[in-house]
Amino acid sequence: MNAFYSNWLGGKKGAIELAILAAFIFIVMPLWLDIFRLNLVGKYLTYAFAAVGLVMVWGYGGILSLGQGVFFGLGGYCMAMYLKLEASDPVSTAHQTTPGIPDFMDWNQVTQLPLFWEPFHSLIFTLAAVIMVPLVLAYVISTAMFKRRVGGVYFSIITQAIAAILTILVVGQQGMTGGINGITDLKTLHGWNINTESAKYILYYVNGALLLGVIMLCRFILSSKFGRLLLAMRDKEDRVRFSGYDVANFKIFTFSMGAMISAIGGAMFILQVGFMSPSLIGIVPSIEMVIFAAIGGRVSLVGAVYGTLLVNYGKSAFSESFPSLWLLFMGALFIGVVMFFPNGLAGLYDVYLKGRVESLAGKFKKKNPPAILTPAKTELQNEL
Amino acid sequence: MSYEFALTVEDLTVSFDGFKAVDGLNLYVEKNELRVIIGPNGAGKTTVLDLICGKTRATGGSIQFNGIELTKFPEYKIVQAGVGRKFQTPSIYENLSVLENLEISFPRGRSVFGSLMFKRTQDVTDRILEIAETIFLSEQLNVQAGLLSHGQKQWLEIGMLLIQDPELLMLDEPVAGMSVSEREKTAELLNKISQGRSLIVIEHDMEFVKRIAHKVTVLHQGKVLAEGNMDAVQNNPKVIEVYLGH
Amino acid sequence: MGGYSISDLWSIVVMQGFSGLSLFSVLLLMALGLAIIFGQMGVINMAHGEFMTIGAYTIYLFSKVTEQYFPALMPYYFVIAIFAAFGIAFAAGYLVEYLLIRHLYKRPLDTLLATWGLSLIMQQIFRTVFGAREVSATLPDWLMGSWKPTPDIDIPLNGLFVMGISVVVTAAVILFLYRSTWGLRVRATTQNRVMAGSVGINTKKIDRVTFAVGCGIAGIAGATFTTIASTGPTSGSLYIVDTFLVVVFGGAGSVVGTVSSAFSIAQAQSILTFFLTNAMGKVVTLLTIIIILMLRPEGLFTSKVRK
Repeated sequence: MNAFYSNWLGGKKGAIELAILAAFIFIVMPLWLDIFRLNLVGKYLTYAFAAVGLVMVWGYGGILSLGQGVFFGLGGYCMAMYLKLEASDPVSTAHQTTPGIPDFMDWNQVTQLPLFWEPFHSLIFTLAAVIMVPLVLAYVISTAMFKRRVGGVYFSIITQAIAAILTILVVGQQGMTGGINGITDLKTLHGWNINTESAKYILYYVNGALLLGVIMLCRFILSSKFGRLLLAMRDKEDRVRFSGYDVANFKIFTFSMGAMISAIGGAMFILQVGFMSPSLIGIVPSIEMVIFAAIGGRVSLVGAVYGTLLVNYGKSAFSESFPSLWLLFMGALFIGVVMFFPNGLAGLYDVYLKGRVESLAGKFKKKNPPAILTPAKTELQNEL
Repeated sequence: MSYEFALTVEDLTVSFDGFKAVDGLNLYVEKNELRVIIGPNGAGKTTVLDLICGKTRATGGSIQFNGIELTKFPEYKIVQAGVGRKFQTPSIYENLSVLENLEISFPRGRSVFGSLMFKRTQDVTDRILEIAETIFLSEQLNVQAGLLSHGQKQWLEIGMLLIQDPELLMLDEPVAGMSVSEREKTAELLNKISQGRSLIVIEHDMEFVKRIAHKVTVLHQGKVLAEGNMDAVQNNPKVIEVYLGH
Repeated sequence: MGGYSISDLWSIVVMQGFSGLSLFSVLLLMALGLAIIFGQMGVINMAHGEFMTIGAYTIYLFSKVTEQYFPALMPYYFVIAIFAAFGIAFAAGYLVEYLLIRHLYKRPLDTLLATWGLSLIMQQIFRTVFGAREVSATLPDWLMGSWKPTPDIDIPLNGLFVMGISVVVTAAVILFLYRSTWGLRVRATTQNRVMAGSVGINTKKIDRVTFAVGCGIAGIAGATFTTIASTGPTSGSLYIVDTFLVVVFGGAGSVVGTVSSAFSIAQAQSILTFFLTNAMGKVVTLLTIIIILMLRPEGLFTSKVRK
């Protein structure tokens, strides 16, 4: 229990942060917002998965992935394929030239379900694919790159190119993927109607719980020796290598895990929003996810969630009232966060609020046990 | 055949764009030997260490360690085979504490999953304390490594290698930037740790070399110019020519 | 490929090859600018495409003004406008280096994000000034028409002209980097900044002008772009990924590498596009580059050095 407290929750400070986030997601938002707005928040929280993944990959791993949208999208597309097949039963598609296949295939003169769609009739397969497809792709890409010591900027550019390729491919193969319009009109998950109000509430809570679970998993990883190794690698990669570690494996694991986390977000996106489109997987959304993490503070898991919510709130507020200013705002955000607030919201918190919060919490503080027995307090734990 | 040597380097060559930084080098280091490599700048000293530890890949030749061929091994396997390397500028994790620096270097939990499950058990703590004592840093265990003095950083890096208990330890200019008293202590440290393992040290400070070396190898233009005990080497006319000739 | 006779195939290859040459010219000019900025300075300029757009809009403005006020000069405006495209993109680059880039030299990944932000802002400015719709410059008559060496082969003149420009610019870049004192200073600065500074090179000025020259060349790329397509606010950003791949594929820092990599990528894309669809041609090309880069990450033209 004690290990759970310090490793998964991140000690007292981490537990408080998580509790505040949980209260915010599970209590404040649902009480404050109507179901339409809450559903919107749920959608943003699915992007937060991608941002949390980026905190691990970029913030701690030092690998700037510009292809996070690819994994979000693959998770989403896998889920969407299952839902689309369920929505395309022969009865409701009886008016089509070929009943029983998704409508967009019919429009594109496809007369038979492509082979790779077949297994998505199975929910079990779909759930496995949501995780495995992005994971395998991430594993292959990162193994090829990191085993050959390609890193830094080169890796970023290549992940961006992969985002470009996937978008072109999905848009180009309209008959198999739904093309630019994406996969729409999704209705049920294993017979359960996802468009009802109660379903939307349930999915919102499931999404929130998954997100908190993912953050706790990341906390566990970061509090282990693995986490300290990531910091060490960011600092002196060669020293880690010459201490007998296969550095590439650690990067591959981190990158693949970031991809998997992002894919869970993608799948939850489909369930809450009810469609999938290539506009969510390309270069632009991928780089926007980076800005979510950057606004949150790069190395703050919880901060990434707030960063995502804030930027997306800004986006919808701006694009409703001044659509043309949105790009300017977004551009300024990129430049501003890099030039003036490299540590994002978490950094601002450290500078302006931390002192006060700590003096408030001070009266509850107990005496620290002897130094050698406590996990040494260094940057790592301050960052968590 | 050459098992009496801990390290057998034969005909080692590396060329960068046609320039041979190390050229047909032969080097034999015995068990428990403390070998010092000296030579003018650009002689290829650091490159030799780079080649042995796998940082640079050889163009030709062989490096055998306890009978194992190292030239095709990736760096981490060379380390796991028992070769430790200290870099010229202290290479430590400045953001971690001395304790964590040593802990990360502890040779357990080196795989991805091993590191996730790694626990600081009593034997780990004991070993860390023991090494910290050896490298004169017992008092600084919880100090962030970036705050140590230059000499202490050098010791910490040596400690990070010692904790892995390597059979061959290679140190690139271990006393650079140290005060006189720190040099004294380092010489003592090197003599102590050369018990039970081989050491290769690159050093410029001849007084220091005299104190520690069992045998000295002089490199010049990527080749061995002379080899033997310190006196013999110092009186070798070729060596004098190289050092004083320009 | 059934259904095509040998001579058909030959004509297709020649014509697609020439249409590939136009793409090659634009890619090459973009990549040369980026090779200087990224290859020499190590700066990741995601707004490079927008500097190209600046060049393209410059040509458009010149063509409109000339058409309106000096119709007699129509045959000549294009040449002057190319210099203006370079000049304006150069000035913009100079300003951007001063305001933004110079603060970020030690943080390459942050430069990437900041210049991406810059590209968004520039796109919005283009949209506000020139409108969201694509515009076309009126080209001088001598750029229209085509050259027919055989009845089956039809080579557009603008393609030849664009080729000419890129040959001239490539030669100029090689002279600039490898023959001029300035180029020597640029290379000295990028290889050892501290040393270059201590032998009296004004490294800050070198950085600023080098970055600006790279942007200026992107401006020329924009000028040539107007001869093959119309210009919109996001025209440049469509080329950014390709351009980076060209530079990385060629081996950052090697002009020969940049030229050959731009050539092979443009030709592959152009010829594949004919046999496959547009999208698939591009996918196959990009995928091939990535796979090659995975096998040879240092690019095609780099040599082994001690790190």
